[in-house]
Amino acid sequence: MFPVRYRRVGIAVCRYNSPMPFATLDGFAKKSVRSVQDYATLSGQAITNLFRRPRYVNDIFTQADIIGVGSIPIVILTGFFTGAVLALQSSSSLATFGATALTGTLVSLSMIKELGPVLTSLMISGRNASGMASELGSMVVTEQIDAMRALGTDPMKKLVVPRMVATVVMNFFLTIISDTVGTLGGAFVAVYLLGQSGSQYFHTAYQSLQYPDVLQGLVKPIFFGFIIASVGCYFGMSTRGGTQGVGRSTTQAVVVASVLIIVIDFIISRFMIGIFGR
Amino acid sequence: MPAALQEPTASRFQPKPGELPVVFEDVSIAFDRNEVLKHISFQVKHGETRLLLGPAGSGKSVLLKLANGLIRPDSGRIFVFGHEITAMEEKEIFELRSAVGMVFQEGALFDSMNIRDNVGFQLMEHHVPADEVDQRVEEALKFVELDKTMEKFPSQLSGGMRRRVAIARAIIAKPSLLLYDSPTGGLDPITSTNIIALIMKQRDVYHTSSILITHRLQDAFMLATHYFDKEKNTMIALPEGEADRDTSFMLLHEGKLVFDGSTHDLVHSDDPFLKEYLS
Repeated sequence: MFPVRYRRVGIAVCRYNSPMPFATLDGFAKKSVRSVQDYATLSGQAITNLFRRPRYVNDIFTQADIIGVGSIPIVILTGFFTGAVLALQSSSSLATFGATALTGTLVSLSMIKELGPVLTSLMISGRNASGMASELGSMVVTEQIDAMRALGTDPMKKLVVPRMVATVVMNFFLTIISDTVGTLGGAFVAVYLLGQSGSQYFHTAYQSLQYPDVLQGLVKPIFFGFIIASVGCYFGMSTRGGTQGVGRSTTQAVVVASVLIIVIDFIISRFMIGIFGR
Repeated sequence: MPAALQEPTASRFQPKPGELPVVFEDVSIAFDRNEVLKHISFQVKHGETRLLLGPAGSGKSVLLKLANGLIRPDSGRIFVFGHEITAMEEKEIFELRSAVGMVFQEGALFDSMNIRDNVGFQLMEHHVPADEVDQRVEEALKFVELDKTMEKFPSQLSGGMRRRVAIARAIIAKPSLLLYDSPTGGLDPITSTNIIALIMKQRDVYHTSSILITHRLQDAFMLATHYFDKEKNTMIALPEGEADRDTSFMLLHEGKLVFDGSTHDLVHSDDPFLKEYLS
């Protein structure tokens, strides 16, 4: 810690004393490393608790309903219009090369490999990582988490694990819905606005897909679901400082989860392209 | 309390017979290099009620959380019913907590659950049949005179009612030790007196060991100078100059235990700080 004699001399003196910036940097670095360590510990405990009793199956279903069923409308809307705008934008570019027949290929590959998983996860993150952080954060600041521990119940098993399982499972299925609706959105634009053949659109969309593409599109939501739940629960459980702290945790959860989704998306894509060559 | 509430909840962890409910040995804890508790040592005997007084920020709530293993000290040892909780894993402490009831400062009721589920939470976690949960919740709520609130949510209750529900939740599993964190804090005098009567009832009828934090000296002295008459279902004052033998005081000041003794010792102390605090 910074020596007391320096702290008492005021800002002007501190500027000329090199220890102050270093002390601040030192504190920042320690705080960052500790946050990563705490996040890793929470994630590790959540995974190991999957295999330990008691298992809160009812809580998993409740969370699946809140996270999954509750998110269907936004996923459908996002997926449909993403597919639609993709068809609209790509057809004008493809027309330059006389390749408008490939609209279906482009929409289906883009939706299934990238946009379906990423956009669905970003929407789920905005809706549910914030929800988890605020709900758990409120429980922390009102001592409900301590009360739960005092009653002999492990909040990791009762609160974190069900959210994690529900998010991973539901994000997987929501991504499939988004992929399907996105392809249909692209078809709607291709057929009704661009005057293309519906059967050609669906034929090229189906023919262009190979198993590695589908696999890539289905692996990503599993990782993204884990990120959404673990980041949301981490920021919720580490909330400090009353209602202001709850607001801060909620914002941080959405920002960190969204950035992590995009970074991990790049890593998974690179890894799978390396393995399957596409 | 009805007989059904006297049966201990099944647990692999049982208090060791004959061991003291709580023993603190030279316990210290600091947050951000600010030493909150310094070398605290004391004991709670069977059936004893320890009243913990002290100015705001003196570390009273921290001490109570330490006694329940919710936080761990930097140094020193804490024993609960003979088990050193400072050396136990969290999952072992979870089992121990079935023998300990805790009432939090603001009640800390689960706001997404109704009163029935709040009070019966511990029983439901132990997979007690629903009919038995209903029966025991009703009995616990009757004890705190709130048996008509089963289906309500915490937000629909007043502050005093929420504290009483918190007491019902703490006693439903018949704990051998009760920890009260400012159960009357922020309440009006009449409601505070009702809650003190409930705590006294628990002390004198069921002889449960307890630690109670309070800022209100009148509540502390009421507990020390009254007893609960089960027949009349009311508090009765002890004769002038007498105090309850099982009730004693501790006083924290700037993280140190500056007093640990009987009611008589407290009121007759020559210590300047004690005199000022009590005046």
